[in-house]
Amino acid sequence: MRIANIYNLGIKELRGLMRDPMMLVLIVYAFTAAIYTASKAMPETLNHAPIAIVDEDQSPVSSRIVTAFYPPYFTAPLLISQPEMDSRMDSGTDTFALDIPPNFQRDLLAGRSPTVQLNIDATRMSQAFTGGGYIQSIVSGEVNEFLDHYRSKASLPVDLDLRARFNPELNKGWFGAITDAISSITMLSIVLTGAALIREREHGTIEHLLVMPVTPFEIMTSKIWSMSIVVLAASGLALVFVIQGLLSVPINGSITLFMVGAALDIVAMTCLGIFLATVAGSMPQFGLLLMMVLLPLQVLSGGVTPRESMPIAIQAIMFAAPNTHFVMLAQAVLFRGAGLGVVWPQLAALLVISALLFAFSLRRFRQFLK
Amino acid sequence: MNARPDAGVALPSGCVARLENVGHAYGKVRALDAITLDFPAGRMVGLIGPDGVGKSSLLSLIAGARTIQQGHVEVLGGDMADLGHRQSAYPRIAYMPQGLGKNLYPTLSVFDNIDFFGRLFGHDRRERERRIGELLKRTGLAPFADRQAGKLSGGMKQKLGLCCALIHDPDLLILDEPTTGVDPLSRRQFWELIGEIRKGREGMSVIIATAYMEEAARFDWLVAMDAGRVLASGTPADLLERTGAPDLDATFIALLPPEKRDSHEAVVIPPRPAGADGEPAIEAEHLTMRFSDFTAVDDVSFRIGRGEIFGFLGSNGCGKTTTMKMLTGLLEPSEGKARLFGREIDPRHIEVRRRVGYMSQGFSLYSELTVRQNLELHARLFGMADAAVPPRVEEVAQQFGLADSVDTLPEALPLGIRQRLSLAVAMIHSPEILILDEPTSGVDPVARDGFWRILADLSRKRNVTIFVSTHFMNEAERCDRISLMHAGRVLVSDTPAAIVKSRSAATLEEAFVGYLEEATGTQAETAGTRPVPEVPEAPASRPGRSGTGRSFDLRRMFAYTRREALELLRDPIRATLATVGSLILMFVVGYGINMDVENLSFAVLDRDGTTISRDYVLQIAGSRYFTEKAPITDYADLDRRMENGELSLAIEIPPGFGRDVARGRHVTVGAWIDGAMPTRAETVQGYVSGMHAGWLTQKARELYGDAATASAFQLDIRYRYNPDVRSLDAIVPAVIPMLLLLIPAMLAVLSVVREKELGSIINFYVTPVTRLEFLIGKQIPYVALAMLNFGLLTGFAIFLFGVPLTGSLPAFAAAALLYVTATTAMGLFLSTFMSSQIAAIFGTALITMIPATQYSGMIDPVSSLQGVGAFIGRIYPTTYFVTISRGVFSKALSFADLSGAFVPLLVAIPVLLGLGAAFLKKQAR
Repeated sequence: MRIANIYNLGIKELRGLMRDPMMLVLIVYAFTAAIYTASKAMPETLNHAPIAIVDEDQSPVSSRIVTAFYPPYFTAPLLISQPEMDSRMDSGTDTFALDIPPNFQRDLLAGRSPTVQLNIDATRMSQAFTGGGYIQSIVSGEVNEFLDHYRSKASLPVDLDLRARFNPELNKGWFGAITDAISSITMLSIVLTGAALIREREHGTIEHLLVMPVTPFEIMTSKIWSMSIVVLAASGLALVFVIQGLLSVPINGSITLFMVGAALDIVAMTCLGIFLATVAGSMPQFGLLLMMVLLPLQVLSGGVTPRESMPIAIQAIMFAAPNTHFVMLAQAVLFRGAGLGVVWPQLAALLVISALLFAFSLRRFRQFLK
Repeated sequence: MNARPDAGVALPSGCVARLENVGHAYGKVRALDAITLDFPAGRMVGLIGPDGVGKSSLLSLIAGARTIQQGHVEVLGGDMADLGHRQSAYPRIAYMPQGLGKNLYPTLSVFDNIDFFGRLFGHDRRERERRIGELLKRTGLAPFADRQAGKLSGGMKQKLGLCCALIHDPDLLILDEPTTGVDPLSRRQFWELIGEIRKGREGMSVIIATAYMEEAARFDWLVAMDAGRVLASGTPADLLERTGAPDLDATFIALLPPEKRDSHEAVVIPPRPAGADGEPAIEAEHLTMRFSDFTAVDDVSFRIGRGEIFGFLGSNGCGKTTTMKMLTGLLEPSEGKARLFGREIDPRHIEVRRRVGYMSQGFSLYSELTVRQNLELHARLFGMADAAVPPRVEEVAQQFGLADSVDTLPEALPLGIRQRLSLAVAMIHSPEILILDEPTSGVDPVARDGFWRILADLSRKRNVTIFVSTHFMNEAERCDRISLMHAGRVLVSDTPAAIVKSRSAATLEEAFVGYLEEATGTQAETAGTRPVPEVPEAPASRPGRSGTGRSFDLRRMFAYTRREALELLRDPIRATLATVGSLILMFVVGYGINMDVENLSFAVLDRDGTTISRDYVLQIAGSRYFTEKAPITDYADLDRRMENGELSLAIEIPPGFGRDVARGRHVTVGAWIDGAMPTRAETVQGYVSGMHAGWLTQKARELYGDAATASAFQLDIRYRYNPDVRSLDAIVPAVIPMLLLLIPAMLAVLSVVREKELGSIINFYVTPVTRLEFLIGKQIPYVALAMLNFGLLTGFAIFLFGVPLTGSLPAFAAAALLYVTATTAMGLFLSTFMSSQIAAIFGTALITMIPATQYSGMIDPVSSLQGVGAFIGRIYPTTYFVTISRGVFSKALSFADLSGAFVPLLVAIPVLLGLGAAFLKKQAR
């Protein structure tokens, strides 16, 4: 009988969702267009890094350097004058400005070791680091090749064979697609249960349920299973059709294993949604709370920047967030092709967190109903 | 029926409203069908008719709250389809929609609510204070001027609604069931009030829809409606004469089409069989309920026998509902005991709930489920067998006249039919006790009689105990016993006849009012002898009307600003969350987004094991970027540890490495990077290449001497604006724009969608406020809040994070003002598409968070983005504010340098507000 209640109440939730066409449109958007756009927008490694060159030498070697920068890594370099350089960097038009001094070629051949100045806009952290390295090696390469015609140089015959595994071209779009799918999952799971609960209270329907022979456990479980199924189905479809299909991101591991992890993460998030709803007094408060929870979850779970670079305290706190484990699991399974043997600690962590959140939210929910 | 049915009756001079061939439909449901009707001016006109015949639709069309779909509506001498006329007519019309306090703002005080309407109609301060004082005095609300509207009783809410409607001296007052759910005493006071006001304003026309026939009998002119058509119209005497019926109730039934009329028969409740009183079904002993500041129920005791119909009467807010909630277990009494079937109520006891049916006062069923789905859901939840559900649903739908609307959503149904649905739901599982809280509020007389026949049947034939509260005296008379309640106490409890007798009154109503007046000591005031304050001669020149014709009026705009600000102040949690929340977020994101990649884990598969190979490894292990893990044993180990993400980098040194290096033989070191996270992989790539090169130079120097390694040229790298390359300095200036988007936009969206969902949007529909006044008025408080946030965030950035602000602070503040105006405008624009708060929250999070974090140059510059993302980045205001923020914080820039980024912000504001105004609807559909 209890199972029947959980089933019937869940069906009610699903029917309610069907009545909100705007919500359905948003769900579809979140799992298709939003993921697709974000993935396609992500620059592949260094992409179109804006660079300008002040060529005060106008020699064969300087023009060699100028022609060495071309798309897609860099924009076709603009030749500018020195005064222009400052204003362009101030306005953020260029991230890099390379200044080749007068008489560069002459000094080079004379072995006077002239200095090329590279200005980097360090407020653009992501490009500043990678781009700086690239430019350094491009300029060195061109200069050395030029010099090789004139003299030979002793060097050690040790090569470094660098290879990126799992994503050989370091295509950021692959990773971005998964990260966005995960943030959509998080956002939707919390909103669907949490906001729906507040709505029930604002409309007085929750009180009505309480005079019927149903328990808070049944009410909460019904909300969780029904909304979890929606989110799980949406994420599964997005993974197969949008990420694997449309974006042709190669998936190395088992989709089933990923979905199991996703299910656990969704359960944890829906519980979190219920918890937030019991804390928030009204919908605007819930909206703000949502932002306050969502943003850290998204930014600090390791999906945007690597976890190991975060302060230890944040790492420790985020270890309690289901997202962190889910991001680890998603990376391991989808990209590294890891199996159950590898990701079981994440699954176990998700299971424990979901169970704790469920128990905690249920307690809050019971109090909330009183 | 298209011809005017009252053709024979002389019309009074002039019409306040004329309807010609007016039709209205909600989807497939026709609410009004070719109505042609004249409303006489200067009269009290009543609309009577069953639920769902289109009375409310008709009134909202006259008020200009709905778009006219078909036909011609002329009000106050102009066409209501014409925007120009509507704009000039709004200040002369007052509209009070159906539902208790539907157009009031529950968190605002009584005074502030009326004040808001006064401002909307452009009265100045003195004028407002005079009018409010007077209205409050007349309605007896003066002592409650500071109480929140949401905490008023139903009758007081209706009086407040009336005050709000009357503040601007309307020529036409439209009241949609103003006394539904209001107790008899308050109802009497309400009509006295209207009478007095009409005395003071001779020309005022009043159009009222009502379910109370005894009220309708006092009106000047009546229109009887059924099924979207007009049955008859004329004076009450006229109608009585035409039908030859003794009273209006009977008249109304006589006017109905035959098939409906035939189904009606008078309610006869057989007496209770003697000796039926066995074990009581419901017992209350000294029930007391205290809330923090007042006692809602004070020492209430009663016993209700099985099969008895027990009535509960009392003024609004007297504790009836609270008592009922204690009996259902929804509230736990502070003191006293309640027993059902001799067993004390235990909220955890599920079995008892199966035997009880409860109907709460407000409609509390699922508006997203159809009538049938609601019935089925409740039948199943009460544990009915699957096979039994459909026939039972069918039966109940027939019984309650819901058969025609089983597949309709409750929202599309009129109040009366929704009430029937609630009742049907309460009875679906054939409970032994029914607890019904004002079940017939807003239900028409025919349906009410049908309803009482069902109750009689249940009580007498099935021995169901019924505990019912009501405001209808004819219903109270049908009960076996009734209790009168006031201010939490039971005044008297007896059979209706005995109560009438005890007061030696003519009717139950008289007895009831007598008891109440005795209890409140207000006799002198209510009997019409209350000193009528000098009726304000509506000044010949209406001072407040001056601004109403203007297309943009600052006073109206500020009325919304003030109201929104007051609401924000009354909800300190929201304001605190918005400010403290953004500081916390800045803290978390500022420290969390760290572009300095450090502590990367790596391990070595050293197949050489010589000093040279260890020297090579030391080069990496010694740097602060890498942390060395246990050595890799073989390829399987390498694969496993990279798969589970333990290693970001694996180095393989081939056998004979040391020997080959020493002999100058060509040798290759293998390095695998975890590419699952591309940004990190790139950084690792850079680090490893650099260290490899460094090691080579060092070795070459050892082997060949310094000369060999003198480089051909120097590359002098200058990290501008952030010489230490502090991640915080780069991220914090970008976090401020993000937070000033997310939170203000969310608040702005909800401020509008909330009004839509809770119903107060109707004030925007029927007052002279224009779209821009409404939007900008609502926007201002959120802009102010966002600017406060801006100040806090900037201060935090400078003093706590130690990010130096090198540029012009005034330029930054000016840009912030433009930016938050744009972000709140964006929220308002989004709000025009959303009708539910859930969709609004999700939609706003979706539409703001991704572009703000990914397309606005916070991490990757906009110039490097591709496709749609790049397009969004270029038109998104955040992009430009990020440029300004970074420019001011790190690049020491001022107004002149940043002018290029100001322009898009300046453009965004009118575009977003214009779009918002264009998509916002000024009338309901």
